Amino acid sequence: MRFLGVLVGVLLVGGLTGLYIWMTLNDVLEGRAGVKQLLAALAAIGAGVFAAGVHLPSPAGRIDPKTVRQTPPFDRPRVRGVAPGEYEVVLIARAWAFEPNEIRVPRGSIVRFRVASADVIHGFLIENTNVNVMVIPGQIAEVTARFERPGEYVFLCHEYCGFGHHQMFGKVIVE
Amino acid sequence: MSSIARPAEVGHIEAGETIYLAEQLWPIRGQLFLGLLGLALGGYMGLLQALERIGINLYSAHLLKSYYQGLTIHGMLLAFLFTFSFSNSFLSLTTIRGFQRPLASISLAHGAFLTMLAGTVLAAFATLTNQATVLFTFYAPLKASSLFYLGAVFLVLSTWLTSANQLLTLRAWRREHPGEPIPLLGFVSVVTYLMWDLASVGVAILVVVFLLPWSLGILSSVDPQFELVLFWFTGHPIVYFWLLPAYVSWYLLIPAQVGGRLFSDDLTRFVFLLFLIPSTPTGLHHQFTDPGLPRAMKTVHLFTTFAVVYPSFITAFTVMAALEWGGRARGARGLLGWIRALPWKDPSVTAQLLAMLVFTLGGATGIVNASYSVNLVVHNTAFVPGHFHMTVGTTVALTAMGVCYWLIPFISGRELWGRRLALAQAWLRAIGMLIFARGQIAGGLSGMPRRTAIGDAAYLGLFKWSLDNWLTAIGGIVMTTSGLLFFVVVLGTLFFSRPLTEPIEIPVAEVVHSAGERWPLFDRLSLWFLIAVGLVVVAYGPVILGYLPLNSVSPPIKVY
Repeated sequence: MRFLGVLVGVLLVGGLTGLYIWMTLNDVLEGRAGVKQLLAALAAIGAGVFAAGVHLPSPAGRIDPKTVRQTPPFDRPRVRGVAPGEYEVVLIARAWAFEPNEIRVPRGSIVRFRVASADVIHGFLIENTNVNVMVIPGQIAEVTARFERPGEYVFLCHEYCGFGHHQMFGKVIVE
Repeated sequence: MSSIARPAEVGHIEAGETIYLAEQLWPIRGQLFLGLLGLALGGYMGLLQALERIGINLYSAHLLKSYYQGLTIHGMLLAFLFTFSFSNSFLSLTTIRGFQRPLASISLAHGAFLTMLAGTVLAAFATLTNQATVLFTFYAPLKASSLFYLGAVFLVLSTWLTSANQLLTLRAWRREHPGEPIPLLGFVSVVTYLMWDLASVGVAILVVVFLLPWSLGILSSVDPQFELVLFWFTGHPIVYFWLLPAYVSWYLLIPAQVGGRLFSDDLTRFVFLLFLIPSTPTGLHHQFTDPGLPRAMKTVHLFTTFAVVYPSFITAFTVMAALEWGGRARGARGLLGWIRALPWKDPSVTAQLLAMLVFTLGGATGIVNASYSVNLVVHNTAFVPGHFHMTVGTTVALTAMGVCYWLIPFISGRELWGRRLALAQAWLRAIGMLIFARGQIAGGLSGMPRRTAIGDAAYLGLFKWSLDNWLTAIGGIVMTTSGLLFFVVVLGTLFFSRPLTEPIEIPVAEVVHSAGERWPLFDRLSLWFLIAVGLVVVAYGPVILGYLPLNSVSPPIKVY
């Protein structure tokens, strides 16, 4: 079933992109000028960027990995309520664990994760969410997710970080 | 520099109008065999990875410390050694064939082989002794032995020497043919390397200015975020350096092999220039999820990335047209009869046709990766290796194997041995890869990370990845069978086959639209190169200026 989904998705995206580019090229070649089409193409890609409130990670401050544990707020990695229904999670990623590795929040919460590495490059991905960010020594990684459905969401390190990379994970438990 | 054809001597090839000198052929042969050795060992490491997925861990049995040591060997040998060596040897030959003259410099030709060999020995020593288990991305602050970085320098140097030799050959040819258009085969060979010359600047600075001194203790710390910018400056366009030799074969050789013609001389030049110009200013689409880079520049690189999709679509139509002409010239009727009429019994052709088919899926998944928002679903998941095993792992590798089915006979002077085995090899490779990629792609969509020993992962029991892992493993086994057949055919050709009755010439397509319709500006390579440099400055200038000052906080760390 999932395979079919993937196949249909891939064919749809590929097919539509192909069709669109072919039509544009055709217009250009036949002298029906390209400026309008080019603008339309740019708008289409742009709409993909800004649609649905999806935001890519952006600079959220620098930090020294050697002194992460002494630098607020990373001196106290934990879950903290900041407003009704809003939480902030301060996470340290190190070879080869997340601290803390179990996070409990009520359903419907908006959770802001602030992650910093204490050593090498790590990754931070939470299954079934849009949370996917690199955790690079020297940079604070900041991502936000809303957890509507109760259950366990596994988060894991998705960047190779040494011998025990595959041991590095934790859970968000939505109650 | 020697530009005069010598009299007949042992080891040289005289085919049609072209003379391939023995002293230039041995480094070309040497690099081809070095690359094939890399393909064999690197491919074998792939089998170990596939088996790890279903709980069969063979690493200690191979004296390897970890999955990741095997993965480093896999990536280094296949992504760097095999691709670089194959490009160097194949595109040196097409340069000779295209310009109908020897390479301008014997010493550069020899130097390319010797630096490739030196780089291989250094990097192999470091990885085999577990002093460089940093994967082929070698992200700082994971530290490898200095020998590893030095090896990387030599491998890149080898491609630069090849490029320099091509450019000297072009200059010599221009002196001999003033005012004539650059022969198309020579043009595409030279432009492929020009693209790479510009693209490789990032990784050259990364290794020479930062990582090598850092590994030697001269620099105490580096900035990992900035190192990633330099890495991906090269890390994206390197895929076009892998791909373009395949395009050279599809555009200019395959039409001749199937009895078709190439549609347009101008369009072909245009496509290769489109790869030269927007290939490099796109690297940030590999860094959409990096915390240290602003959204605005990620968006700019998104647009340039989509610009590089265009030449591949033109390629799809051009190559299909050539194939259709070929099929119809062979007596095909009806709308699709030409497909069946293609020479499917010729392993060289079949391998490359299958490589093209798989590329449609590989290209489509690449567009998924590059999409701004969908990238959040797939970044660093197994979806990505699912994608690039269809592109570089099949489109490029299977095309290279198809090329080898005439290239090995060409350089050894022996007939292809085991034609039916070679045919089976091509089909098994494509089918195995589709099974493998389905496993990786589906796994990735449900959060399976890439570059991870999944079979041993602490969270394996929390996911439903069983089917995905089995498909990955089965695909890997089928591809290993295919790889085995490939080397049986190569060794059979080299050692058990009959000598050729007459030498093979490198097939080159006839062009439908060529003389008299040309746009002379296409041949002004220095102009196009400058435009490419300008675009890189526009796309990367704000990224780097906006990022400074460097945040050099990371000392070397060895945790493998």
